[in-house]
Amino acid sequence: MGRDCAWAFAVGGGICRLGEALRTGYLAAGHTLTDAAALTSVTLVALSAAATALGWYQKLAARAGAGTLVPITGFANAVVSPAIEFKAEGLVTGAAARMFTIAGPVLVYGAVASALWGAVWYLLRPWVAA
Amino acid sequence: MNFLWAFVVGGALCAAGQLLLDLTALTPARILTGYVVAGVALSAAGLYQPLVDLAGAGATVPLLGFGHLLAQGAVDAVERRGLLGALTGGLSAASAGVTACLACGLLAALLADSRDQN
Repeated sequence: MGRDCAWAFAVGGGICRLGEALRTGYLAAGHTLTDAAALTSVTLVALSAAATALGWYQKLAARAGAGTLVPITGFANAVVSPAIEFKAEGLVTGAAARMFTIAGPVLVYGAVASALWGAVWYLLRPWVAA
Repeated sequence: MNFLWAFVVGGALCAAGQLLLDLTALTPARILTGYVVAGVALSAAGLYQPLVDLAGAGATVPLLGFGHLLAQGAVDAVERRGLLGALTGGLSAASAGVTACLACGLLAALLADSRDQN
């Protein structure tokens, strides 16, 4: 178990370290904080999709466990991997539908939680801001 | 040194996920969902932004950061357009990453062979 955690720490930390390098680069190129973060996510997603399509991401994940699952690259892998695997069942009911096997629940609960918090913030705001 | 903090904080959040995988019966889908909702909660409690300030991508790249992005988007949108913002803010803030995932998924499905998934 300690070995699993060490792998997860090293690989997950490495992916975040790569993300920080990208973010620093985008900031240096003159992007705002928000845009630099979004561009970093998009870049990591594209890299993860390429690694998934080539079969590399799965090999790394076999060792790294949560180190490749928890970063946004793991979310991208969870979308891209079933898209490729189920393309034989068609591009609509196969690839596209299966993209949401894991991403769907994440988006449902994430979006609902953020909407709840937004509504709470709407009610709290007059007191907090005053 | 920001790169070191990004590595340490990001690595620690992943190691915590590994503990959940090893010690509980949680599946990857539940862990990802839990991380995003926990990120929304931590952001709402005001606890996540300090971690982002410290670790940069070490805090934003793990899925907790995705939850933080959703929560922050909802708050910002409520400031701009009132209660409607609670519905629009979260996914608007996350739209770049989500749409990139979907586009990459479709592109990969068109280009790659199923047998690559072993």
